Amino acid sequence: MKDVFDIEQLSRLIGMLPPAPAAWVQAAQELPRARRELETIVERAEADQAFREGVVADLETALRAEGIEPTRPLLEELRRRVSE
Amino acid sequence: MEAARDDGEAAALGATHLTAEASDAQLVARCRTGDEDAWRELVDRFSRYVYAICVQAFRLPEHDAEDVYQEVFARVYEKLETLRDDDAFRPWIAQLTRRLCIDRKRSGAREEPADEVPDAAADDVLGDLDEAFDVHDALAALPDNCREILDRFFARDESYRTIGDALELPAGTIASRISRCLTKLREHWEETAPSPRPESR
Repeated sequence: MKDVFDIEQLSRLIGMLPPAPAAWVQAAQELPRARRELETIVERAEADQAFREGVVADLETALRAEGIEPTRPLLEELRRRVSE
Repeated sequence: MEAARDDGEAAALGATHLTAEASDAQLVARCRTGDEDAWRELVDRFSRYVYAICVQAFRLPEHDAEDVYQEVFARVYEKLETLRDDDAFRPWIAQLTRRLCIDRKRSGAREEPADEVPDAAADDVLGDLDEAFDVHDALAALPDNCREILDRFFARDESYRTIGDALELPAGTIASRISRCLTKLREHWEETAPSPRPESR
């Protein structure tokens, strides 16, 4: 373990962890809700062919319509689920 | 435990600073029960760390860093059940982030050859980030506005004027407050410096 008792070293280490963009943090924090909404979309797509075709055609809009930020993992998950 | 505050900035910073109210293991255990507040806190606690691994250790461009960042937390959410030792959450998420960054660099290099980040250089930065995480944890124990002033100045790169306006303090006093707060941090660090952690890579 490095000796970090020096003030300059402490300053440097504080500066090494700037905050991530707020939108990224929020999207990650809302993952449980996003997963629930995604399940709702998938269930509806299974029951409604026209809705499913709309989702397949525009995954981002489908997620945004449910108030979900369309992150890449969620888009991939939704694409996989509605394509099965 | 978060330091007492005499201003209204707690909410503004709360979404991104590292706290030490519950241990990592306690938070992980609560997440497994479906506690969404615990999940939010877990993301809050590790957000900066994951972000820094992406952009500092592996120097991913912003759009790749965002994808990896979201992928890390998506996988953590899915795979939390597989974590064998809840106390080892930090090395686990570091390793996961590191692996996803390497995958992203390799796939990017196939499409568009670019500068490679040598593994050894990235690993050096990872070591520093681990220490930085400990220092940010130590910040939470500082009194009054110290944590906030130090975080705003060093991590958020804010000017004396911006800090003074936000905290309703005279800008001319910010430099001396930073100096005093750093001294307090060093004293606290010397008293409570963590013992070496298990290897995370």
